[in-house]
Amino acid sequence: METKIKKTLAASNGNGITKPHIETVSRIDVRKTYKLYIDGKFPRTESGRFSPLKDMQGNTIANICRASRKDLRDAIVSNRKVQEDWSKRSAYNKAQIIYRIAETLEGRKAQFIDVLVQQGYTSAIAKNEVNASIDLLVYYAGWSDKYIQIFSTVNPVESAHFNFSYPEPTGIVTILAPQADALLGIISHVAPVIIGGNTCTLVAADKFPLTAIDFAEVLHASDLPGGVINILTGNRKEFIGHASSHMDVNAIVFSDLDPSDKKIVQVNSALNVKRAVDYSKEPVMSPYRILSCQEIKTTWHPMGI
Amino acid sequence: MKKQSVAPSLKFDTKWSYAPAPESADHIQLKSQYELFINGKFVVPSSGKYFDTINPATEKKIALVADANAADVDKAVKAARSAYDKTWSKMPAAERGKYLFRIARILQEKAREIAIIESIDGGKPIRESRDMDIPLAAAHFFYYAGWADKMEYAFPGRTVKPLGVAGQIIPWNFPLLMAAWKIAPALAAGNTVVLKPAETTPLTALKLAEIFQEADLPPGVVNIITGAGATGAAIVNHPGIDKIAFTGSTDVGKIIQKALAGTDKKYTLELGGKAANIIFEDAAIDQAVEGIVNGIFFNQGHVCCAGSRLFVQENIADLVLRKLKDRIETLIVGDPLDKNTDIGAINSKEQLNKIKSLVKAGINEGGECWQSSCAVPSKGYWYRPTLFTKVAQSSSIVQKEIFGPVLAIQTFRTVEEVIEKANNTPFGLSGGIWTDKGSKIFKVSSKLRAGVIWANTYNKFDPTSPFGGYKESGMGREGGLHGLQPYIDFN
Repeated sequence: METKIKKTLAASNGNGITKPHIETVSRIDVRKTYKLYIDGKFPRTESGRFSPLKDMQGNTIANICRASRKDLRDAIVSNRKVQEDWSKRSAYNKAQIIYRIAETLEGRKAQFIDVLVQQGYTSAIAKNEVNASIDLLVYYAGWSDKYIQIFSTVNPVESAHFNFSYPEPTGIVTILAPQADALLGIISHVAPVIIGGNTCTLVAADKFPLTAIDFAEVLHASDLPGGVINILTGNRKEFIGHASSHMDVNAIVFSDLDPSDKKIVQVNSALNVKRAVDYSKEPVMSPYRILSCQEIKTTWHPMGI
Repeated sequence: MKKQSVAPSLKFDTKWSYAPAPESADHIQLKSQYELFINGKFVVPSSGKYFDTINPATEKKIALVADANAADVDKAVKAARSAYDKTWSKMPAAERGKYLFRIARILQEKAREIAIIESIDGGKPIRESRDMDIPLAAAHFFYYAGWADKMEYAFPGRTVKPLGVAGQIIPWNFPLLMAAWKIAPALAAGNTVVLKPAETTPLTALKLAEIFQEADLPPGVVNIITGAGATGAAIVNHPGIDKIAFTGSTDVGKIIQKALAGTDKKYTLELGGKAANIIFEDAAIDQAVEGIVNGIFFNQGHVCCAGSRLFVQENIADLVLRKLKDRIETLIVGDPLDKNTDIGAINSKEQLNKIKSLVKAGINEGGECWQSSCAVPSKGYWYRPTLFTKVAQSSSIVQKEIFGPVLAIQTFRTVEEVIEKANNTPFGLSGGIWTDKGSKIFKVSSKLRAGVIWANTYNKFDPTSPFGGYKESGMGREGGLHGLQPYIDFN
């Protein structure tokens, strides 16, 4: 961090903003504590466990919260508490909130690129990924008031009834973030889930907890209600069983599990007929990602008096 | 069981009774022994074993039916694969559709015969098999026939392909209708099929196999193999199957979902239910009472979407209960082939015992049980229409799927309370709402976590209307455009 700060100050100095004497003083940087994101708050893991995260040179950047099963349970309780309110918000409102996340992220682009570089990205790739992530949020914001239209039907039944079918959110979704694509991996999994009115708990990739928690700060600064997206960091493997066996979770989304982990998820899903959704089979930009965490409701009503 | 005294508002002590009006069964054609339908022919099972299918109204054997083992399943899957590779996937889609239209037409022609067989084999009243099961089955083939050459319009932005071989396992409550729900969309989308009907009701599926022969459906496109759970398990576990479609209990559905873990097989599950039927104070009460009766006593209550939990707004509870009991007293339980029969025979002895034990548990837990005083035949499996009051959310009678003519009644005061109670179950298949206020219908229907909502009606079905559950009632839809999705490959 120290070198970067110096660079920034040097650049700022060029604009004549910063006082020259600061540049020469060796400064202790203010390191950031990374915590979890649950119910719109940033708690430490209840377990007290942590894992040191190293940069490419092997220096410890941060002590990452190694979340526990209890943290997951707390996160699901919070997801459940707000799910109905979130799903009953108008499509227009949900769209604006997702768009707002894009706006907020755009404003913090430099920060995200820096952190990706710190985690091993080249700056060109980092820039591309952040741009693509922002654009993907805009893409899904636009689907909010349209996917229901393209996936709904009015059904011409034979009897004298008015009959229609439309998608509703499946409910609570746990998401195992992919181990590649630090930011795009999160957004391509979270955006289609929440735009459909679900709430979710994301288990971050082992390698990219910083991006996940920095993204939580973006969510926090947007207008997304607390509890719609919860984010846990730690050892993803530990969560494969927990996230798929929780009885109040309605669906689990993943895209890069090896066959044995995928099987664990699928076996556990049978406990409560959970929908086990493999996003690797769907393109990143697709309304069918949204549809895979939706239920079709059909309503009948007699016609006549 | 002690019958509660109730003061009826209608008199039932007159000597008027309905004369028997049995549907004549002399024209139906049944063989004494049925083989497996594999690759377009009826073949002897390699197991060499047969089981009886009996008439639950008389306990008499109707026919012997082949019991398929794993080798038979393998033969059927190979036939389906070969038909898929060589014939069905190569055929122009419009031609596939024409076969389905043809099947629908033959089903219509033979509707009367098949309705009678359905009632004999399964115990359901002829009124229902004649007016609902068989016409709807034909309509399903007719509906999906038309989709075959229009699939590119069904899923925006996608090119669709069939999956391959579909393994389909269906229950005993709507034997032919469930076969149609499964086979019609699968074939329209270009798949081939291995279907197993339930062991207590195999006959109409085997009649359907004869219709496939008559329609000149290419051999192997649909294979129908009979047997019990072991046969079903052999289908689920067969590596040559690309997709499983199952309708049945949640317990078995979970076993299947678990068995499919780690495979690439797609699946749809249509499982159990414990639907809330909600009647508000502003409902048209007499219509609602008809709807409640239809909701729970239709098909002896052997309906996954049965309205088995009645929620009555407190201030009309006494009135509704009295009208309900009066109406139930008029229901005729008996000969499924009699056109006046309202409630037929319980499908099997096993199911009858299950109903009895759940009712007993309900009484032991403190529920108050009331039953119709109707007469029932001495031979066969019967159960009188039954109501439970004084039950709690936690009562087994409220939580467990009984799959019989047993209704649990609870009361409520506010809309919020009833929504919470209605959703307080792992199931989420269907629900009913009775009120004359439109905005209330939309509020409640949008908050019920269930796949099919009947407002001021109940137990209506149509080929164009998607059917299927939320939560532990299953996943995927059958019927309508949404019912095609489980049978196509997007990727």
